[in-house]
Amino acid sequence: MLSTFFNWITDPNMQWILMGSLLLGLGSGVIGSFTFLRKQSLLGDALAHAALPGICIAFMLSGVKSIGLFMIGAIVSGVLATFGIHAITRYSRIKQDAALGIVLSVFFGVGVVMMTKIQHSGNGNQSGLDKYMFGQAASMMLSDVYLVGIVSLILVAVCTLLFKEFKLVSFDPGFARGMGIKVGLLEQLLLLMTVIAVVVGIQAVGVVLVAALLITPAVAARYWTDALGVMIVLAGLFGALSGVTGTLISGTLSNLPTGPVTVLAASSIFLVSVVFAPGRGMVSKLLRRMRQRNEVKRSYGNGLAAVEGDRAMISNRANSSERSAD
Amino acid sequence: MADFWIILTGTLVAATCGVLGCFLVLRKMAMVGDAISHSVLPGIAIAFLISGSRDSILMLAGAAVLGLITVFLIQSLQNGGLQSDASIGIVFTALFAIGVILISRNAAHIDLDLDCVLFGEIAYVQWDTLIINGYDMGPAAVWLLGGTLLVVLIVIGLFYKQFKLCAFDPALAAAVGIPVALFHYLLMGLVSLSTVASFESVGAILVVGMLIVPASTAYLLTDRLSVMLIYSVLIGAASSIGGYYAAKWLDASIAGSMITVAGLLFVLAFVFSPLHGLVARYHKRRSLKAASA
Repeated sequence: MLSTFFNWITDPNMQWILMGSLLLGLGSGVIGSFTFLRKQSLLGDALAHAALPGICIAFMLSGVKSIGLFMIGAIVSGVLATFGIHAITRYSRIKQDAALGIVLSVFFGVGVVMMTKIQHSGNGNQSGLDKYMFGQAASMMLSDVYLVGIVSLILVAVCTLLFKEFKLVSFDPGFARGMGIKVGLLEQLLLLMTVIAVVVGIQAVGVVLVAALLITPAVAARYWTDALGVMIVLAGLFGALSGVTGTLISGTLSNLPTGPVTVLAASSIFLVSVVFAPGRGMVSKLLRRMRQRNEVKRSYGNGLAAVEGDRAMISNRANSSERSAD
Repeated sequence: MADFWIILTGTLVAATCGVLGCFLVLRKMAMVGDAISHSVLPGIAIAFLISGSRDSILMLAGAAVLGLITVFLIQSLQNGGLQSDASIGIVFTALFAIGVILISRNAAHIDLDLDCVLFGEIAYVQWDTLIINGYDMGPAAVWLLGGTLLVVLIVIGLFYKQFKLCAFDPALAAAVGIPVALFHYLLMGLVSLSTVASFESVGAILVVGMLIVPASTAYLLTDRLSVMLIYSVLIGAASSIGGYYAAKWLDASIAGSMITVAGLLFVLAFVFSPLHGLVARYHKRRSLKAASA
């Protein structure tokens, strides 16, 4: 077991894949922080499902299984999905959550129809499409790893360069507009980057679970800090850590798909954060509550003593007044 | 006969989900339905591992328990100060991941296909029949779904007033003494029940679509809850019939086509609804403008 592990980790091909999943986790953690702050966490889930018809159309048109083409198709249909969600919430009384659900399921339904159509048309080349459901980072080709890594790096770079602007737009769009920042444009850019992060993430963890790559590291990071900069760095670290752990475990233990393992790694980090984070974590909340209870008890105890004293004095006085009445 | 059974199964799914979906959409909890439909997976897997068979009752129980656990976890994260959408996302992805791992670790013992869980295989409904005393009673899925629909209708019918008040004004409901939390969990329990009952035949994704899309379409067509419930069921039934024939014509996935048809109906309502459609809005705005000029 340990020797296979070492064989595996010294394999240069595997090192590249590890690098790829590390960068992927980093990128989606960083982007996820912004989507979390803008209360759009589930957008990632909807976009991931909405990518399916784009991927199928790209395959139908080109007839080849190329990750680059799939990504372009997925990005186009992801952008269409964001427009759809926006239009539904803007022009009808349907709320954000239902709009997300509608776009998610209808786009996915259309995608499934196309996918079965491709499979029934007897094109033997379609097996790669299935991988999109659960992800298989460990079997990525070297060129795919390059693509995933480079795209993730670009995402992180853009976030670093536009950090101040994104921060302002996320916390106070009105003020940002007052400062002369192009809020609409930046929001569109953030949305586009979310779409790209989701589409890249599908490679590693699959359609259903890609939402976790965006949400879980960001929320876990939120438990540790109040500063956006620190939170983003932490979210990136958590994302990278879960990407590497997921790929390592799923590569060494056969039978385990990469996506779920990666997601469980992220969920474990989240669990640790919920329990142990200073200030917000459950342990520290419990300690604080106990301390407060003790304080109250102590002051209440003092108060009780004072009350007892008062009562004694009153009864004394009453006694004495009774006596004087006698 | 095959056509009839498939359409009947689809319609039963649509009716069960359509009724519950109305309450989810009104309570702004559509994505909780999505979360439940994914996170019942470990419940199904555990039921499989314990019983070693496709015993529907045990699977229903396992999944209902998991559904309630999901709702409870989401609720407690929210009470801890986390946004509702983030807590939904964290909980359902973690549980779904556990489910996928359980299934793929025990792939040898579990005769449960992941593709089948996600997309369902409604086309095979008629082969899996319920046999009582050697007498063929028709497809088992139809009985399971029919029973679920009956339970849903009875519970909603008995507590219609309470569910209605909880959907529109939970604060008032609490003030007049309705146990809001109890009805919340009751509704979620029903959602997980119907998710599982629909699972085998139509898959997780169609369940989400059937919960949300017909109910939202009905929401655009009327302002009365009772009418909305009826519309939602009718739209769901129309989507499953239309979807079946579309799938036959296209030679594609039946579940996917059903959702596609439901989506088309939603777009129609979105544009042409006499109450809240785009065209009606445009006319209203124009007549207001003309009146003010």
